Amino acid sequence: MNGGRSYATDPAPLRWALTAAALGFLGLFVAMPLAEVFGQALEKGWQAYWAAIDEPDALSAIRLTLLASGIAVISNLTFGVAAAWAIAKFQFRGKNVLVTLIDLPFAVSPVIAGLIYVLVFGSQGWFGGWLDAHDIRIIFAVPGIVLATVFVTFPFVARELIPLMQSQGNDEEEAGLSLGAGGWQVLFRITLPNIKWSLLYGVILCTARAMGEFGAVSVVSGHIRGLTNTMPLQVEVLYNEYNFTAAFAVASLLALLALVTLAAKSFLEWKVRRVHSELEANPEA
Amino acid sequence: MSIEARHITKTFGQFTALRDVSLTVNDGELLALLGPSGSGKTTLLRIIAGLETPDPDPASALVFAGRDVTREGVGERRVGFVFQHYALFRNMTVFENIAFGLQVRPRKLRPAAKDVREKVRELLALIQLESLADRYPTQLSGGQRQRVALARALAIEPKVLLLDEPFGALDAKVRQGLRRWLRRLHDTVHVTSLLVTHDQEEALEVADRVVVMNQARIEQTGTPEEVFHHPASEFVMDFMGSVNLFHGRIESGKAVFGPLVLDHSARGAVEGQTARLFVRPYDLHIDRLQTGNPSLRARVLRIQAAGPQVRVELQAETGEAVVVEMPHAQFRESGIAPGDDVFVGLRDARVFTEDWSI
Repeated sequence: MNGGRSYATDPAPLRWALTAAALGFLGLFVAMPLAEVFGQALEKGWQAYWAAIDEPDALSAIRLTLLASGIAVISNLTFGVAAAWAIAKFQFRGKNVLVTLIDLPFAVSPVIAGLIYVLVFGSQGWFGGWLDAHDIRIIFAVPGIVLATVFVTFPFVARELIPLMQSQGNDEEEAGLSLGAGGWQVLFRITLPNIKWSLLYGVILCTARAMGEFGAVSVVSGHIRGLTNTMPLQVEVLYNEYNFTAAFAVASLLALLALVTLAAKSFLEWKVRRVHSELEANPEA
Repeated sequence: MSIEARHITKTFGQFTALRDVSLTVNDGELLALLGPSGSGKTTLLRIIAGLETPDPDPASALVFAGRDVTREGVGERRVGFVFQHYALFRNMTVFENIAFGLQVRPRKLRPAAKDVREKVRELLALIQLESLADRYPTQLSGGQRQRVALARALAIEPKVLLLDEPFGALDAKVRQGLRRWLRRLHDTVHVTSLLVTHDQEEALEVADRVVVMNQARIEQTGTPEEVFHHPASEFVMDFMGSVNLFHGRIESGKAVFGPLVLDHSARGAVEGQTARLFVRPYDLHIDRLQTGNPSLRARVLRIQAAGPQVRVELQAETGEAVVVEMPHAQFRESGIAPGDDVFVGLRDARVFTEDWSI
């Protein structure tokens, strides 16, 4: 291990070549494009960059993205915990159907997800007439965008929690109940603390996906500037208008959000590993 | 507080875990539910705790000290439950674990923080872990974890203590120590306790009374001595320790097992009925020469002298494998060696006949 060659190690040139290939690939396809996004955005200087972002349509897109992903994360957090709790801790009929349904948004193309909502809530759709009569707009309006985002990010929290909660079993909850705790006390004092890191991890992944969602939102949005454009849609609109600086400026914000999420995720992983190794360091005493 | 379970049946889909089981635990007693895995003992314990509901049946009821608790939830029954895998709250320290039951009480019934601390200190002293109050469960050994689990259950001053294989996940040495500790604890606290175990040694050593379960039913209830020395069925006999088994039949008031013939007239069995003879290895003795008593001719195959007793494996003339156990001194005196032809005699044995006639 101390630098000497062992039979388990490949010769140095091969190791270097493999490492270089991997790094080169990452650089070419991930790092360079990412740098280019920021390069393009700042090509005409900070002032142009700021002007592109401090503009009503862009600000409205940012607001809408934050709103849609905020609602999506909160509702999927609630749903995810509830679904994972039901699936991991109880036996019931139709459990497999529920598990499959949770996975559905992973399997279905986001465009189809958007189309489903158009079919259900659009003016020609099932509820179209009723919605029109009551003057409620879902498609080509903010509710549609929120719905599409919720749908696409549906599985993240539940998927993260189910295996953990299954492995933890029911014992602690049953112990809590036998000690006289009520259902809410068990949830907030036992179940949630036991899953908090996985929950946070699921929320981070969910946030990242919600902010970046393009396909499903694109179908239901109608691309009305300043009203129904989210950040990814705004980027597309600006780019199609050859307004590259503005397009890349908004894109760079999205990319920045993604990088922050990634950093948060890495920090969490590091933190969880540390908690585990700390706890396991001294089990016998 | 006494516990009475009446006519409890529990099925999980096609599987019947309990078939019309009735059980009484007397006030202040430590009762062991003993049986192999799948015999229904844990299910019965969980039903008494309120963690499972029995199948609906008008005759079935759970009564704690004369009060019907059948419809009460697990929290209302005030039972202390100790789980096989401890089920300590992993996100809480030892102190917080033990204090939990007091802190989740409704505000009016909740003791003051000072009293909670006092109570937890008392319990920590009882389980001899005062110095580890700030540890997390993963920082404790198995035996320590189980003691914390017990203290946590005792914190709510339960009227009944239910223990589900509490020492099952521990190694033999720790298990023995904790067993004795539990018995001493019970003698100081006097809380009515029900202990589930598949380890007959544990049940016999710890309990005031033992209930042996098999295939969703109770086979026998009695003191450890009764269950051990007077097993009511073949199953109990077999489960209480290793046995030699011989097959035979009833012939004119005698139980005949090849050359071994035993008087069976007092038991009133039907002529020609099949019978089985169960003999503990230490109830057999080996003689070099035939004595007047019924005995079997056998050849010594193997001798295993490492252990508290010497274990001799023999092949009987009738083809059965026979195991005899004897003290070391007696073995040295007898001077037997592998290959010797000897006679195996009975000191004590039990004959079981079929319950039905053919």
